[in-house]
Amino acid sequence: MSKRFYKFLILFLLVVFSLLAGFRQQQLPQQLEGLTSLIDSGPFSAVAQEKRELPRHSTAKSERANLVVQLCDGQTSLEIAGVRSGEVLPPTKARHVARQMMDKYAAEQAKQASKWTKRDRMTWEREQQRMIEEGNRLFHDWKALGGTIGVSCDMCHPDAADTHPETYPKFQPQLKDVAALRDMINWCIENPMKGKPLSCGDRKMVALEAYITSQRKGVALDPGKH
Amino acid sequence: MWPLKWKKREENYRQARAGFFEAVKLLDRRSFLGVAGRAATIATAKAIVPPHSFQLVDVLGVGLREKPAFRFAYIADTHLYERTLNERFVAAAMRAVNDINALKPPPDFVLVGGDLAQFGQPKELELGKQILSELKAPLKMVAGEHDWYLDLGEKWQELFGPPNYSFHHKGVHFIGLMSVNEKDFWTDRKMTPLERMKTVAQLDSPIQSRFEVGEAGREWLRQALAKVPNDTPIVLMTHAPLYKYYRPWNFWTEDADLVQEILFPYRSVTVLHAHTHQVLTHRVKNIHFHGMLATSWPWPYAPEGLPKLTVKMDRVDPFDQLDGLGSGTVDVYGSGYVNKHYSLWRRDPITVAKAYLESWGKEAIPRSPEFPSY
Repeated sequence: MSKRFYKFLILFLLVVFSLLAGFRQQQLPQQLEGLTSLIDSGPFSAVAQEKRELPRHSTAKSERANLVVQLCDGQTSLEIAGVRSGEVLPPTKARHVARQMMDKYAAEQAKQASKWTKRDRMTWEREQQRMIEEGNRLFHDWKALGGTIGVSCDMCHPDAADTHPETYPKFQPQLKDVAALRDMINWCIENPMKGKPLSCGDRKMVALEAYITSQRKGVALDPGKH
Repeated sequence: MWPLKWKKREENYRQARAGFFEAVKLLDRRSFLGVAGRAATIATAKAIVPPHSFQLVDVLGVGLREKPAFRFAYIADTHLYERTLNERFVAAAMRAVNDINALKPPPDFVLVGGDLAQFGQPKELELGKQILSELKAPLKMVAGEHDWYLDLGEKWQELFGPPNYSFHHKGVHFIGLMSVNEKDFWTDRKMTPLERMKTVAQLDSPIQSRFEVGEAGREWLRQALAKVPNDTPIVLMTHAPLYKYYRPWNFWTEDADLVQEILFPYRSVTVLHAHTHQVLTHRVKNIHFHGMLATSWPWPYAPEGLPKLTVKMDRVDPFDQLDGLGSGTVDVYGSGYVNKHYSLWRRDPITVAKAYLESWGKEAIPRSPEFPSY
């Protein structure tokens, strides 16, 4: 096997790894979106896929101009003494280096107290934000929410004021029952807005709840308060 | 037969009591003795002996003993859509018109506080004009942002005339002032007129500019007041509150300080404004501010910045689409200060007496509700 082949192989693997990493990054939201469009083919499926820059790895550099090999996590790297930058490793040496790097990676992983990564956190935040923004949109758009007389939520509730989600569930004499926030949302859709109530599983309902509760983040729970 | 006798006595008492409170409303020094006599009648009707245990004493508050010079009524924030889209807001506006037409004695004129239309559409404004034409008393119009930002006031001015004007009425100088000017936020964003209108119409929109009277408006105000003596009472009618309450919702006038400065030299200034859809009271030096009720929908109090003198209404009933709404009247006194009446459709009326503001909230305190307003 020629040196050129190994050079090509390493490059190829790097490309494949980075593509895989990128794919995983995008996979979750895509799956979610597939799910929501299955449930609801309404305006929700029109949510535009955000085009955002994927994080890039910066390659570690050697002060002595040695070859530095980096793992696809973008952090674990190894400087190989005696091999100049740009040179190609012989197969046995390459296998040895790969094993060393994976051991280093595993050791780093073992030090973490959580199985969750920074990427997980970013996914949670991004998906939460996406839902809040969708709720914000619906809150200001009577047509998207199925209203029929030009009344949207924000007209009485600017910034979701006076919705006090922290007080639900609570007894509402007019409903003759203990009501959840979503019961009140549906009451408003049906009565002041003259629309059709949403089903419990409707993603629009989840989006509205996400927006309304996000506006009262940090307020102490006080169920039953009138 | 003592229960019958008791019933008769109770009836007499109720009648006398109603007459008493009716008379107290219109009390001045001359009729003081007359009302004191009525008080004695109540006591007699209740068979309280001796009658001096129910004497009218001098604690009723300055505002109640003085007779108002005149009264006018107001309607505000009707936010009309075309009738085919939304019947509810049309019905509410008509209800307010009927209420005002039923007032006895009739008001000298009716102030319409702006936001007659929802999106400034010609048909909405025309419908508004048609509904208001049912009013028996003359109209005084103020422009709101919902009337204005589709065509920058073209249709509104065609129907109702210039947005800035002044007139003299029974010794009080009235000024209608356009207060909802905004800096151009739409040209750079390449907005269509309707997009501009809808942006301004969204209370919690972070994009739009803040309300201001503006340099031209302030100059107009200076000119309008140039020949008015300092001891002439002034009543200003605007859409936005001429002070700074809550910026994110445009419960706000960006150049309020400059406008107030123009008004400080006058002995008494009253500002009546719409836009906030709530019971709202404020005072800065010689200037008393009063909000107006809407007929379309109520607004919650802003999370901060509420003027200290405001006695908040408790939160409206989400199950009653007329709660928190209504129209109202304004009793103007010789001094130019006013007793402001909020005639709520679903609650007892609320009066913010001039004595309350004159005493910086120490006297004639409006009844405060049992529940918080959130």
